[in-house]
Amino acid sequence: MKIGVVTFPGTLDDRDAARAVRLAGGEAVSLWHADSNLQKVDAVILPGGFSYGDYLRCGAIAAQAPVMKEIIKKANQGLPVLGICNGFQVLVESHLLPGGLIRNEHQHFICRDQKLRVENVDTAWTNQFALNQEITIPLKNGEGGYIATKDELARLEGEGLITFRYVDVNPNGSMNDIAGLRNERGNVVGLMPHPEHAVEPGFGPDTDAAMRSGVDGLLFFKSVLNALVNA
Amino acid sequence: MPKIIVEVMPKADLLDPQGKAVANALHRSGNKDISAVRIGKRIELHFDREVTDADLAAARKIGEDFLSNAVIEDVVNVVVEN
Repeated sequence: MKIGVVTFPGTLDDRDAARAVRLAGGEAVSLWHADSNLQKVDAVILPGGFSYGDYLRCGAIAAQAPVMKEIIKKANQGLPVLGICNGFQVLVESHLLPGGLIRNEHQHFICRDQKLRVENVDTAWTNQFALNQEITIPLKNGEGGYIATKDELARLEGEGLITFRYVDVNPNGSMNDIAGLRNERGNVVGLMPHPEHAVEPGFGPDTDAAMRSGVDGLLFFKSVLNALVNA
Repeated sequence: MPKIIVEVMPKADLLDPQGKAVANALHRSGNKDISAVRIGKRIELHFDREVTDADLAAARKIGEDFLSNAVIEDVVNVVVEN
């Protein structure tokens, strides 16, 4: 299974995302922002970073890139797409997911191992989790405060589209503790925390068992491979 | 050269961290009567020819679709400046 990982100018976590795909058993394919050829990939990851220096608004210019025109078209046809951090911002700016992301309430960049609850497992990227499973993966952002209109928020809650919620602490002032969302179809998922940084013992968050042994992020990538095999 | 000015402001009910920081600095320097500061964006679209009504209409659309995000911002002004 070929999973495309997009690199925009200013993307940081593309190599980590590609590594996570390989560790989960998939083949990672690099996709370039200026290239509208998706190279027949079976799914796409929009990784974290600061695409176009966060000019205009985080993710706004990346959303206009040639590669995104194709990704938006294919996502609307069911192609699994995962947006991580800046990638989540790109999904929101592309209108593949609703709402917006604004500067953290406390106005500081935050970097911590963050506990989340997986509240929806009927998606291409979460099907290997148990419902309401609590996971810990790194969070690192300056503009991660999720907002939406009152009506939109009610719809997201009502339709069960909120996929990840912050547990114990709301690190950035996100409405309703929202850490990540899915679309109606379940093929598009976006979240602020970084699953690709918790995929390999020795490099993940600390757990009760051992330092840096957390690999909760790996199931995101195993989920999409599972979804593709069963598609 | 003629240009179209698009002005974008953060929504009134959203916290504007830049504006708040500037307001605090102004208060420290004695400007006690300034009750609040809000900071938005002025975007200039330059043209090498006359600006038409169609350009203005296109600029309004660009303002709504790309230069602002309706969830967090409002386009408050789109105007031609010669």
